[in-house]
Amino acid sequence: MLSSIRTVWLVFLHMFKKRVTIEYPEKKAFLAPRWRGRIVLTRDPDHNERCVACYLCAAVCPTDCISLQATEDENGRRKPEYFRINFSRCIFCGLCEDACPTYSIQLVPDFEMGEYKRQDLVYEKEDLLIDGQGKYHGYNFYRVAGVAVGVKGKGEGENESAPVDRKKLVP
Amino acid sequence: MSETWIHILIIVCVLLGMVTIAAGLIYVERRMLAVWQERYGPNRVGPFGIFQVMADMVKIFFKEDWIPGFVDRKVFIVAPTIIMITTLLSFAIVPFAPGIVVANLNVGILFFLAMSSLGAYTIVLAGWASNNKYSLIGGLRGAAQMISYEVFMGLSLMGVVILAGSFNMTDIVMEQKGMWNVVPQFIGFVIFFIAGLAETHRLPFDIPEAESELIAGFHSEYSGMKFGMFFVGEYLGITLVSAMTTVLFFGGWLGPSFLPPIVWFLIKMFAFILVFVLLRASLPRPRYDQLMSWGWKILLPLALLNLLVTGAIVLYNQ
Ligand code: SF4
Ligand code: SF4
Repeated sequence: MLSSIRTVWLVFLHMFKKRVTIEYPEKKAFLAPRWRGRIVLTRDPDHNERCVACYLCAAVCPTDCISLQATEDENGRRKPEYFRINFSRCIFCGLCEDACPTYSIQLVPDFEMGEYKRQDLVYEKEDLLIDGQGKYHGYNFYRVAGVAVGVKGKGEGENESAPVDRKKLVP
Repeated sequence: MSETWIHILIIVCVLLGMVTIAAGLIYVERRMLAVWQERYGPNRVGPFGIFQVMADMVKIFFKEDWIPGFVDRKVFIVAPTIIMITTLLSFAIVPFAPGIVVANLNVGILFFLAMSSLGAYTIVLAGWASNNKYSLIGGLRGAAQMISYEVFMGLSLMGVVILAGSFNMTDIVMEQKGMWNVVPQFIGFVIFFIAGLAETHRLPFDIPEAESELIAGFHSEYSGMKFGMFFVGEYLGITLVSAMTTVLFFGGWLGPSFLPPIVWFLIKMFAFILVFVLLRASLPRPRYDQLMSWGWKILLPLALLNLLVTGAIVLYNQ
């Protein structure tokens, strides 16, 4: 009984406290740099697409909302022919970012993607691809990978030794 | 203007005034709940969000008013009107200011008690007609709640009646010229207010509704304006109980003369309405058996004791 009255009094005192609401469209809440929001596809320092169309993100995605098709350019460099994310299904879990071997797919702190039509939430590659490197700077997959696709010659990558001459390996 | 026309004017003013206040309470409640929960509440539509009421009203009027196929159609339609009618009828006996009363009945309090008991039919009938187990449980709980609070509600008012020597509301107000009834009848006031909470089915006694247990209890199946009637009926009930508390225990329109009587009445009434909202913001809902045992084992004996002591003192002083 007494505790009920105390409760009522304490709730009454809340009247004089500061409001916790952030009045959204005018003021915005702070979003941490690693906040998981809208997904982007980034480019490497040479301004080429980072994505190598390995399908790892599509495979790991728990809601199956990534759809892509691999293709190759004249140098044999893999890239996605189309890359499509259905944001009406994406749960922003960030697993695709974890799975990506090239830091291509990244979640950025932005959530204001409301649309009137569901179809408008399906983002194509043009919508996803940004000009910069996103959160991870300086990484260029094809500079550390063994395969030569016109970015570097064989054996010229970072921490890469020159190719072994197989004929010299004969005992 | 003849006597009759003035009377009709009063009736129309009371009717419109009360329904407007009840509708405005939607806004007041949302806003004040927010204040007590450190939020802002609706503050977008118009200055301070005051037009939220209109937006809500427009919305509820244009919603589809759907009657499910499995319900008992006639009772289903009648049920929500009962609470509006009985509560509005109860306002007939409330004296707002000297002369501003719809019906100056000499059995005023009894009329109020009768009407508030009839209001319980809304819940029972709505719960029954909905043909849905959650609604039925809500209706049953409404009935259980009704038999637990009606008794001590009536008894708690008898102290006031003894002091005034009359059932007439105007007489009761005039009797409080020297001292408001809340001082000699403090226990009666507390008990009546608790009963009033239960009577309006407000939190913490919204047991028949109990969203967290029964979806929406007796009005789960209602939509559109029929649901709106329950809603407005509930707010009318709050206004009524606040008005009755003001009249019976806080001297009605009496107050220092720098404000007109009707203003004093409204100030007091709104203070109680805010207490209703504050209680909603702070207290959890008891189980319905807890309410019943509380009502029968504590509040009823207390009300009887209060009645006995008041009667004895009045007799002794004669
Ligand atoms: S964030 Fe999760 S749900 Fe969204 S695309 Fe990536 S893996 Fe799929
Ligand atoms: S975004 Fe990353 S994980 Fe997905 S296909 Fe491209 S490279 Fe592979």
